[in-house]
Amino acid sequence: MAGHEQFAEDLALYALNTLEGEDRANLEKHLATCSACRLELEQLRGDGALLALSTLGPRPPQRARQRLLDAVAKEAAPSPNLSQKARKDGASSVREGGARRSWWGFLGWAATVAVIVFAASLWKENAALKQRLASASEKAEQSTRELENLRRVAAPLIAPEAQRVTLVAVKTPPQPQGKAFYLRNRSSLLFVANNMPALPPQKAYELWLIPVQGAPIPAGVFKPDAHGSATLVNPPLPAGTEAKAFAITVENEAGSTTPTMPIVMMGTGE
Amino acid sequence: MKSGDQSALAELYDRYSSVVYAVALRVLGDTGAAEDVLQEVFLQLWRNPGAFDAARGSLGAWLAVVTRNRAIDALRRRRPETDIEDVVVSVAPDLAGNADRSRAAEKVRGVLGSMPGPQRSALEMAYFEGMSHSEIANKTGEPLGTIKTRIRSGLIALRKAFQGSS
Repeated sequence: MAGHEQFAEDLALYALNTLEGEDRANLEKHLATCSACRLELEQLRGDGALLALSTLGPRPPQRARQRLLDAVAKEAAPSPNLSQKARKDGASSVREGGARRSWWGFLGWAATVAVIVFAASLWKENAALKQRLASASEKAEQSTRELENLRRVAAPLIAPEAQRVTLVAVKTPPQPQGKAFYLRNRSSLLFVANNMPALPPQKAYELWLIPVQGAPIPAGVFKPDAHGSATLVNPPLPAGTEAKAFAITVENEAGSTTPTMPIVMMGTGE
Repeated sequence: MKSGDQSALAELYDRYSSVVYAVALRVLGDTGAAEDVLQEVFLQLWRNPGAFDAARGSLGAWLAVVTRNRAIDALRRRRPETDIEDVVVSVAPDLAGNADRSRAAEKVRGVLGSMPGPQRSALEMAYFEGMSHSEIANKTGEPLGTIKTRIRSGLIALRKAFQGSS
């Protein structure tokens, strides 16, 4: 696109989150319409990530891991006191209501006159409250949709019925290992591999979902890093497929629609 | 929640926590604050794993960028400026293993070492201190345009050094 050269240097600053003011606003306007600059932005973020990834330091303290897992467990657990608290709050409101009623009885006519005098302003306030309520309802619906989306994506991590499969090498030690976390009713899959042997040039590993019936289904292509590690997150899968097993083959880099023998790793549900 | 349900997150933590913690500690220089960012980043991943798009880059690189951004926000005592869903990182290697990271760190140090001093320091001030180009220009007394050029060409130099090697 003509004219995007002028944004080249601002893109680098934007990638580092340090572009400010009018320059930032102008660039964001340009990014909304320029796919070439969006791509360059992603690459510049990747360049910056090299700085971050290469940062060395001590390992986090051991307590940090447990702290995280405790926090996750706490978030997932329902609060046992909520309903009790709600009941208490309700009882309190009833008691306050009773007090208000006796107050009204005491004031009698004076209260009635006050209501009439302020009726107009109360009506206006009511209209404003209705408008705010409608806006709040809309936000609540949006939050519900977002929550449902999060549940769908996170389901393989958190659902008790998630199928977890460990894949191990057929023959050679030291053992390469792959772990698949699969949730059929969400078609969600997380796969983590360790100690994978290096691949020949132009080749990649391909993960296969072996259904109970029918042909193996491609579940993502990956190339391990120099340490033999790789991760696949939510590859596209047909809905609702029951997995009998997972398997890995070596394929061309672009992947294949049918597995090329031999199967180098395979695993069934634990 | 059954303990087994957390095993996937624990796997990812075991693989990437050292990267996340190292980045946070490099930016913040304080172990307690770095541990807080470590916790926050993995909780964000737990709450919203769909924010990471596997088709657009490696999880390690994505976590490194998210961590750097959160740590800079903490350093500058400001509210988080970027949603993790908005962070898309392409092309960077994963570097989950310590050996890979050591090699990459050596290569990055080599690239930084080959840069002129003012360029290296402009890049580090922007990346690890979150300073804007105008703040860097004020600090160094150099023109704004020069600072912008140095930061961009520094990033491109890193890209070239890793092209074809990951």
